[in-house]
Amino acid sequence: MTETKGDPDIDLGAQPSSNTGRTRSLNRRHVPVLATLSLLAFMYGLGVINYEGFDHPQVVLNVFVDNAFLLVVAVGMTFVILTGGIDLSVGAVVALTTTLAATLLEAGWPAGVVLPLALLLGTGLGLSMGAVIHYFKVEPFIATLAGMFLARGLALLIDRNSIPITNEFWVSVAQQRIRFDRGVFISSSVILALVVVLIAAIVLTWTRFGRCVYAIGGNADSALLMGLPVARTRIAVYGISGFCASLGGVIYSFYTLSGYSLHGNGLELDAIAAVVIGGVLLAGGSGYLFGTVLGVLVLGLIQTIITFEGTLSSWWTRIVVGALLFAFIVLQRVVTGVSAVRSGP
Amino acid sequence: MVEQSPVTGVPVLEMSGIRKVFPGVVALDGVDLRLQPGEVHALMGENGAGKSTLIKVLTGVYDIDGGQIRLAGQDVHFSGPLPAQQAGISTVYQEVNLCANLSVAENILLGREPRQFGRIRWGQTRRRARELLQRLDLDLDVSAPLGAYSLAIQQMVAIARAVDIDAKVLILDEPTSSLDASEVAQLFAVIRRLKAQGVAIVFVSHFLDQVYEIADRMTVLRNGRLVGEYRTAELPQMELVAKMIGKDLATLEDLEQQPRETTARIERGEALVQAEDLGRKGGIEPFGLSIHPGEIVGLAGLLGSGRTELARLLFGADRADEGRLKVDGKAVTLRSPRAAMNRGIAFSSENRRTEGIVGDLSVRENIILALQASRGWMRPISRRRADELVGKYVKALDIRPADPDRRVRDLSGGNQQKVLLARWLITEPRLFIVDEPTRGIDVGAKAEIQRLVAELADGGMAVLFVSAELEEVLRLSHKIEILRDRRLVEELENTEAVDADRIMQTIAGGQSPS
Repeated sequence: MTETKGDPDIDLGAQPSSNTGRTRSLNRRHVPVLATLSLLAFMYGLGVINYEGFDHPQVVLNVFVDNAFLLVVAVGMTFVILTGGIDLSVGAVVALTTTLAATLLEAGWPAGVVLPLALLLGTGLGLSMGAVIHYFKVEPFIATLAGMFLARGLALLIDRNSIPITNEFWVSVAQQRIRFDRGVFISSSVILALVVVLIAAIVLTWTRFGRCVYAIGGNADSALLMGLPVARTRIAVYGISGFCASLGGVIYSFYTLSGYSLHGNGLELDAIAAVVIGGVLLAGGSGYLFGTVLGVLVLGLIQTIITFEGTLSSWWTRIVVGALLFAFIVLQRVVTGVSAVRSGP
Repeated sequence: MVEQSPVTGVPVLEMSGIRKVFPGVVALDGVDLRLQPGEVHALMGENGAGKSTLIKVLTGVYDIDGGQIRLAGQDVHFSGPLPAQQAGISTVYQEVNLCANLSVAENILLGREPRQFGRIRWGQTRRRARELLQRLDLDLDVSAPLGAYSLAIQQMVAIARAVDIDAKVLILDEPTSSLDASEVAQLFAVIRRLKAQGVAIVFVSHFLDQVYEIADRMTVLRNGRLVGEYRTAELPQMELVAKMIGKDLATLEDLEQQPRETTARIERGEALVQAEDLGRKGGIEPFGLSIHPGEIVGLAGLLGSGRTELARLLFGADRADEGRLKVDGKAVTLRSPRAAMNRGIAFSSENRRTEGIVGDLSVRENIILALQASRGWMRPISRRRADELVGKYVKALDIRPADPDRRVRDLSGGNQQKVLLARWLITEPRLFIVDEPTRGIDVGAKAEIQRLVAELADGGMAVLFVSAELEEVLRLSHKIEILRDRRLVEELENTEAVDADRIMQTIAGGQSPS
């Protein structure tokens, strides 16, 4: 890169060379998502070839049904990671939400009160973590680790045991099925999760807020000097993650019809893994929500394959996820490393 | 007595009697700045003279403790960068403060994108960005990520962003420090275009030649005080320098002359370090080089010609894959910088910030770092010994402020460089490799560092002096090694017959006349 400095033939990189630079870099930006997409196709193909009944549409739909909560949590995580942060509290917030909801419902509170209350709690916790991170300049890792202990502790304080949910509304939502031809179906939670994904994608691509999220991830100091609302955006991002985590908790309580302080153990790591496998740069500033959806599907499909295999221990899920995570982080390094070399001064 | 140049018309911006106090320091005291529409106004002064503080006051980052700011005749007070921007004062900082991960169009319009029902209209955003760039006579692909473009282009995108906010005042803080000559020319074309459109431009730069090329008037600061306001055409360059550093011309010329007198009296005994066909694939082609005690060897060549690579080989930062290196006549293999340090070789890196200075540590800690490392961590240097050594070098190098407990990041660039030099000097090296020690620091500090290098050599230390500034290399070196395309192409004794043109020819690849 430095060689070009003295080279009179190269006109600042503003002329033709930039065009090739552009196509290259656009592809580069899509490389992680394309990699995830091909991985997904490969895994599906593997399943279809090896296991009988894997090609039934319900298998794919079940991946959505079983992971709707993770999808929602991962959407929130995507916002946070795009700013270059991280939110370790989401698993604990899921647990807190389910426990709180179950306890209040058991005590006879109406669903119309419990539901907003649960969502408010998660959002509030997220916003306060965001404020601590921004105003006290605490590392997101530390602040959300504290939030994780706090939420998990609160959940344990409310109740140590698993509480069944018998509330009518909860049960009816849990049992609702949206059926298609050939008897395949999805749960209403899937619809909810997809709506969340859609809204989030629109926000990230088409709003100033969304672009500010990317700008902060690219260079927070620059964003500040460019006059962008960095404080508001950064705090909001953790608020969104908190909201998504509590919504994920509500969906999880639909899914299991129970509240338990140990629900969602390690869920934050699954969410982070999904986001990273989906091609969002851990350092922030680059990635797509579509990638996150693919990442969640990859995780779901791994579980499905292991279930189909039958003889494998479920811990294999973790091993495979771990290996994939490594692979994708290395891929990110390679992709961004190459871009840094090519576009360097 | 503060001098003023005659001005006609209403200034677009008038700052008067500006005072800014930080705990323990008066950063600005009674400083005035007047800007006319359609002028390029240079803000001159050494590091620490108060230029940055004045700019931060102007852009609303700092609040003032006294004085007045009038914008187009109206008293104004900025509570932050955003209100200042909205009032038409835009800044392009030294480092490009944009987001390389976003597209050019976004970087220009981020936060001001055209919208419909809260939804960004991308088509219109791109069109608007293209128009703005056309105003600067630039034709870029606005949907390409900014990171795909060169630093010069990024800088101009930053200017495009700045002028979109209907800028009346555009502040360019060291805009040229990382640009090469042709890029500077393009930037200047953009500046002239904006000037013709009536924008008042504040230009801050260490490069005096550039200031004289582009600026109409200049305001000179020294130690937080106003020295005066001048028309560029009426103030000769040497006088400007004298005003900036507050010394008279004779002293200055003295400084410049001093080293060369010593040139002749080097006795070539046994070489301290001798490289024979030393080379590294992809780094530098095999070269031969000998450095004697008390000798200053200058390395000249363009950026990327292999200057740093050569230096790194001698310091063991990179490993040679061919040739031999002899220290004191004995062949050695330098496997690591540590091995080089043990043989008395020190290396002060060109990347002061990333490879040298630890900004959060104090001056004392930064200075004793290398000595401590060479002793090993098991044998800590006693506090008394450290104080003694640090005190000695702070004084010898005139590091300001002379407070060993000050965090290094709060020091100006020139003083950071001195701290870095002190760190290595304290280990009493026999060969000191200095890579671009004067880059980005002001004239006064530059002269001091040059003098220091000359003194060290007088004291018997061998110095390998790497610099992009030919004048500097010529002034200091006994012997000049010229690099081109990662090859050592010529070695010149620095006699009276050698001048910058002669070296330029070799660097450019022309036939040498001899």
